[in-house]
Parts: sequence; C-alpha cells; structure tokens
Amino acid sequence: MIPAPFTYQRAGSVDEALSLAAEGGDDAKFLAGGHSLLPLMKLRLAVPEVLVDIGRLSELSYVREENGHIAVGALTTHHDVANSGLLGGELPLLAHAAGQVGDPQIRHRGTIGGSLVHSDPAGDLPAVILVLDATLVARGPAGTREIPAGEFFQGLFETALEPGELLTEIRIPSRPRPGGPSRSSPSGPSTGRSSAPPCRATRWRWSTWDRRRCGPARSSGRWPKAPRRPTRPPTPRTGRARPRTSTPTVATASTWRGSWSAAGWPRRSHGPETGGNPPSGAPGSPRPRAPGHVGGFSPARPGAA
Amino acid sequence: MTVNGTTVDAEVPDRTLLVHFLRDVAGLTATNVGCDTTSCGACTVLLDGQSVKSCTVLAAQADGHQVTTVEGLADGDGEMHPVQRAFHAEHGLQCGFCTPGMVMATVSLLAENPRPTEEQVRTGLEGNLCRCTGYHNIVRAVLAAAEGGEGL
Repeated sequence: MIPAPFTYQRAGSVDEALSLAAEGGDDAKFLAGGHSLLPLMKLRLAVPEVLVDIGRLSELSYVREENGHIAVGALTTHHDVANSGLLGGELPLLAHAAGQVGDPQIRHRGTIGGSLVHSDPAGDLPAVILVLDATLVARGPAGTREIPAGEFFQGLFETALEPGELLTEIRIPSRPRPGGPSRSSPSGPSTGRSSAPPCRATRWRWSTWDRRRCGPARSSGRWPKAPRRPTRPPTPRTGRARPRTSTPTVATASTWRGSWSAAGWPRRSHGPETGGNPPSGAPGSPRPRAPGHVGGFSPARPGAA
Repeated sequence: MTVNGTTVDAEVPDRTLLVHFLRDVAGLTATNVGCDTTSCGACTVLLDGQSVKSCTVLAAQADGHQVTTVEGLADGDGEMHPVQRAFHAEHGLQCGFCTPGMVMATVSLLAENPRPTEEQVRTGLEGNLCRCTGYHNIVRAVLAAAEGGEGL
C-alpha cells in the first residue's frame, strides 16, 4: 500500500510551516513522525493534497521545566518522553504512558503532539493529558493561543485547533511538592503522591467507589471495599410491569448517527498530525461534507491511485 | 540519503515509502514488506541509529539521514555482526522472513540497553512478529548477543 499522490514540502521553521500550510489550501496537512497520518493515508482515510513536513523542526523537540510547569515540545518523540529524566521524576505518569505507545520503532518516530492532535480516544496520551490538566499551545496565522486540555479534545479525531493552527507545546503543571499546596485537593493537605492528578479526574467523573478510592483519607494502604449495589426490586413476569416510554434510555445506532451529523463534527476537522487544516473560507465556517465522510478526514477521492 | 555508508541519490515520487526506496531504488531487498501497516516489523531498519519501520516512513523524510539495513551490518570483510552471529548460533529463525527486522530491532535494542533481561528483550521486540512463532530462540539469540557484548 502506498498513499495517494500528494505534494511533499519540508518546512525549515514554524513560520515557514504555517506559511506552507496556508498556501497548500484546504487539503494540506502537517506531517510530524507520520505514525498516525501515513497509515491513514495508505488506507485512503486521509487524502491530503499537500504534506508539510515539520519533522525537522528541532526547536519543537524538548522537555524543560519552566515557571511552575513542565513544557514538552510537540515534536518530542514518545521515546524521548518516556526516557526523560525530568518527566520520570516530575510526571512519571506521562513518561510511563509514553513508554506504552505502540512499540519501540513507533516510539522512535511518533511524537506527543502528533498523538494528541490525532485525538483518537483509543490513544494512550489524550487521557493522560486530560488527567494532568495540561495546556496546549497552538500557533496559527492569528498568533499563539493556549487551550486547556479539557477544551482541546472535542470528539473522535476532532480537536479545538482552528484551520492552519499548529500544536507547538504541551504545558503540564508541575507535580505538587510534599508539604506544598495540592492540586488534587486544594482545601486539604497534600497527599504527596504522584497519583494525585489521576485521582482528581476520577473524583470528578467516576463513581462513588472511585471517589472513596482516591480520597485523601486513604492511609491504611488498602483500597476500601466497593459499596454494595442497591438491589433492584424484582420485576413481575406477568403483565406490563413498567410503562412503555417513548424515549429510549440507550442510544441506538440511528440516534448516534443523527447526533454525529447534528454536531457537525467534521466542521473543525483537521489533520491527524500536529496541526489542523489550513484556512478554507471564513474562519469557523462549516466545511462541506461528502457522503461517507469518515472520522473527520477527507474521503477518498474516486480513482485515486 | 546515506544507506549503509553509501550515498544513494535518486529522484522519486513524493509518496515513495522508505522501504520501497531501499528495495526498488537502492536494490537492498533484505528488508521485507510484511504487513505494510506498521505492525509486523519485517521492514525495520535503522534511521540515524534508531529502529524504525520503513513502511511508515517516507523516503523524503529520510533524505539526508543515515539509513542502515541488515546488509550493512557485516563489516567489509564479510564478518557477520555479533547479533547476526548470535541468531545463527542460537538458530533464531525458522522461515527467516522476519529475521532482517528482528536483527535490526535487536541492534537498536542493545544499543539502548546492552544488558537486557529476558523480559526486557521480549518487551523490546514487541514491534516484531514472527509468523513461525519462533520467539524462544530469537530471545535466546538476543540474550546471547548481549552476553557477547563487545562489538555491538
């Protein structure tokens, strides 16, 4: 399998990359490590006309500590994230997760930015970035802006990046120091545990049992027992035990499809690498969708080689 | 690009994959195309010393870089690389299709971790599939190569 024909362009700087992407038109995409985009291109799930190679922008590959946060360049490979001494000490969750991505060969090429912009819910890193309360820094024709991780991921293969924007950096708050203020429990004492950020997420969104599991009161070293589920009263087997309702409680395939269409989720479709599509028309204007549009990517062109 | 120490200069279509460049342009056919989906590792080569799957790298991305295939491991006198010798001695192959990728992945693995445990070997080769399921001898070969040590 080989990708459909495209024009390859190599950027020597971030500014040049933005310029090339803008010139490339609607179907230009950024190429970093290529380990999300190229497999999709082989399958014709992505058919960009122009690839802007940003893989040599070494200025976007770094891990460093700055004012109260760890900054990770978008082009830092999974291998470098996993083996970063700074991340291993300060954010071991991120280093560990990066070491679980794919296999060694993939980690040598794949980048943290490419993985995040791909926005695949099955990916290893998006959940971690959410849990760590990261901020994503994007550069585009309109300048630089910061996007909280909670707003960055907007759906399957969909992010908050505007057309032509390039993810450049991921900023993660430094781990709370023992005795210092805790991010996971602002009003209470610091747990001093590296697992505090994950507990924050579970406390927000998961069950009562998870709240108890991650609560600051854990001191015995044992996980508390899960509460017993309330027993449902037995349903009579004769007659109509419960009135029928016209509103199904579980979405069916048809309702899902409808909700996807209503949400217009390809509206901000973007390349699966570290950037979005270049501008096409007015900013924020919905992009026309072709029948069979899949996953926010351009559909295969008929007759493409 | 430089392949096995020799400069290879060719103009190819933009969409040319590195593995096809190596096989069809450079004439180095030891690197196999297996799954073609970044899964099996049969196409593993070294790009600037790190293992990569050449079916998921554009030839243009490797332009100007150092590429090493299994043909480039032996020295000028034909003396096999220690990893190749270990695979030979431990019979770390059956049909041989995965072997070039296994050997290149091993070279990269041992460059990063010269003394891996068996578990680290198995984890380090998780990107390479052997369709004959001959993993035990492959792992033995890697451990033997690590044991030999020098020259890696």
